[in-house]
Amino acid sequence: MAARILVFGELDDDGLTAPTLELLGGASRLSAELGGSVALALIGVDLASAASQAGPAGADTVYTADAASLSGYQTDSYLTVAQGIVEQDAPSVILMAQSSMGRDLAPRLATRLGSAVIMDSLALEVDGDRVKATRSCYGGNARQVVTVQTDPQVITVRPKSQDPLEADASRAAEVITVDVAEPMLRAHTTGKEQAESEGVRLEDAEIVVSGGRGLGGPEAFSDLEQLAGVLGAAVGSSRAACDLGWYPPSQQVGLTGSVVSPTLYLAIAISGASQHMAGCGGSKNIVAINKDPDAPIFGFSRFGIVDDYKKVLPALESAFAAVLE
Amino acid sequence: MDVIVCVKQIPDPETPAAAFKVDEQAMQVLPAQGISPVISPFDAQAVEAALRIKDTAGEGAVHVISLGPDSARDAIKHSLAMGADEGYHLKDSVFDGGDAWTTALALSKAIQHIGMPDVLIFGRQAADWDQGTVGSIVAELLDLPSATVLRGAELNGDRLIVSRVVADGFETIELPTPCALTISNEFGDPRYPQLRQIMQAARKQVTELTAAELGLDPTEVGAAGARVQMHALYQPTSDVDVEIIEGDSPEEKAAGLVNALREAKIL
Repeated sequence: MAARILVFGELDDDGLTAPTLELLGGASRLSAELGGSVALALIGVDLASAASQAGPAGADTVYTADAASLSGYQTDSYLTVAQGIVEQDAPSVILMAQSSMGRDLAPRLATRLGSAVIMDSLALEVDGDRVKATRSCYGGNARQVVTVQTDPQVITVRPKSQDPLEADASRAAEVITVDVAEPMLRAHTTGKEQAESEGVRLEDAEIVVSGGRGLGGPEAFSDLEQLAGVLGAAVGSSRAACDLGWYPPSQQVGLTGSVVSPTLYLAIAISGASQHMAGCGGSKNIVAINKDPDAPIFGFSRFGIVDDYKKVLPALESAFAAVLE
Repeated sequence: MDVIVCVKQIPDPETPAAAFKVDEQAMQVLPAQGISPVISPFDAQAVEAALRIKDTAGEGAVHVISLGPDSARDAIKHSLAMGADEGYHLKDSVFDGGDAWTTALALSKAIQHIGMPDVLIFGRQAADWDQGTVGSIVAELLDLPSATVLRGAELNGDRLIVSRVVADGFETIELPTPCALTISNEFGDPRYPQLRQIMQAARKQVTELTAAELGLDPTEVGAAGARVQMHALYQPTSDVDVEIIEGDSPEEKAAGLVNALREAKIL
């Protein structure tokens, strides 16, 4: 049976989001093994330019559901459109990013299709006609390997866990325009509060400076911001610090926040709880500063300083500033 | 204003990593010595959200459902001690080995059995399997509008105004009743039951329900009805050896770290 993999993509100001390109890369690799093809579904408004990226990124077909009424994700409208695309495409595997949209849409769509979903996969491999997914559970303390036994197999994928393909400009995807009926909205999105995002975006940053509960209070985050300024880094926070109201939830790194994989992750006064490591464990180098020599974070770190961050931070800032000039 | 909250009793997510053990053969997490299971923290926040909605309405009841073995009763009791009015324990050996789908199916039947509430609330995910799907699956099965991963939910007349946590901020969503909501950690601390409330909760009713009483065939639930199959459960290992930068002063340590990063070509 030729397997069709349908990716539900997302857009930002630059077109297809990085996780969408990663999904197309992952889907292409799975499809090469399953002997099938890859389709991309785009739901939104003004999709033409993003749709033209689909072929070069690995899709054979791209569905566009393009309507002003679909300009932002809403459960009711996207669910109905997604269901229509699935019925037309009849995929055996559906992939979405573990994003705000994927978290909300995937379980409802899977249920509507009479199937089931696996959330937040870290790795995918083909096993017969199933896709085996490895995922984190128990707050990052354990991994499980699971398959959806019903069809279609719906899977959400953690950002940065799959590699995008090199864009191949010679490839073009067949574009299929989807008719969009006037949506029947029950829940209405009535407003949006943009988080203040000064400086570097957390997910894009090459260096992330993160602080945790051990900072002792919200004031310390301004010291972290200062250090981040010197390094051109983004500032992150552990869930504990966000829950205490010390830093905005949009900057949270971890299982219930953002997943980052920078070249350098500076964990300052962060103990290294599993649920935090779920968000930064993919960093290429972790450096920990903690006064507790037994803090679990050191078990994940390449370099560590055992000391009070309050004493180390000013010295570190001048040392970085000196070499980076 | 009637609210139903679905809760789950889980191994304490604050269990230190060193005490966390998995039986790979049985594909089960072993209970940590001396650490009691707890109500999933997101679920306690869901109960808090339900109590606040009932308070705003000034009338109605908060009902709590949990599916699970004997220990699930503790999650219900905790919710009752927080102030919920009545509990339902879905307890049946045929539920064993189920997945999110079979759990959601049984919960949806229980909700219909109790009577459709105005608001149905879940935690954003159970802090054991960390899937975050049961709320949405139940909403779909009951054909309810839903909003997930919320930091706030307020009753305004007969509508719910909720604040959803998204990657770059928050969205305000307005929902009619009945509807289904899932609550995230940004919601804030739930009330903690005092001794007097715990004693009062002992007198509140917890009704046990079996699969048969919910009209469910044994083949639909538990391992027989599961749609997701687990093939392995294990603990990841870290293969990093940390190099602790020593020094007599913070300045020395800082300089040592910067040097080490330069030598490793990280900086």
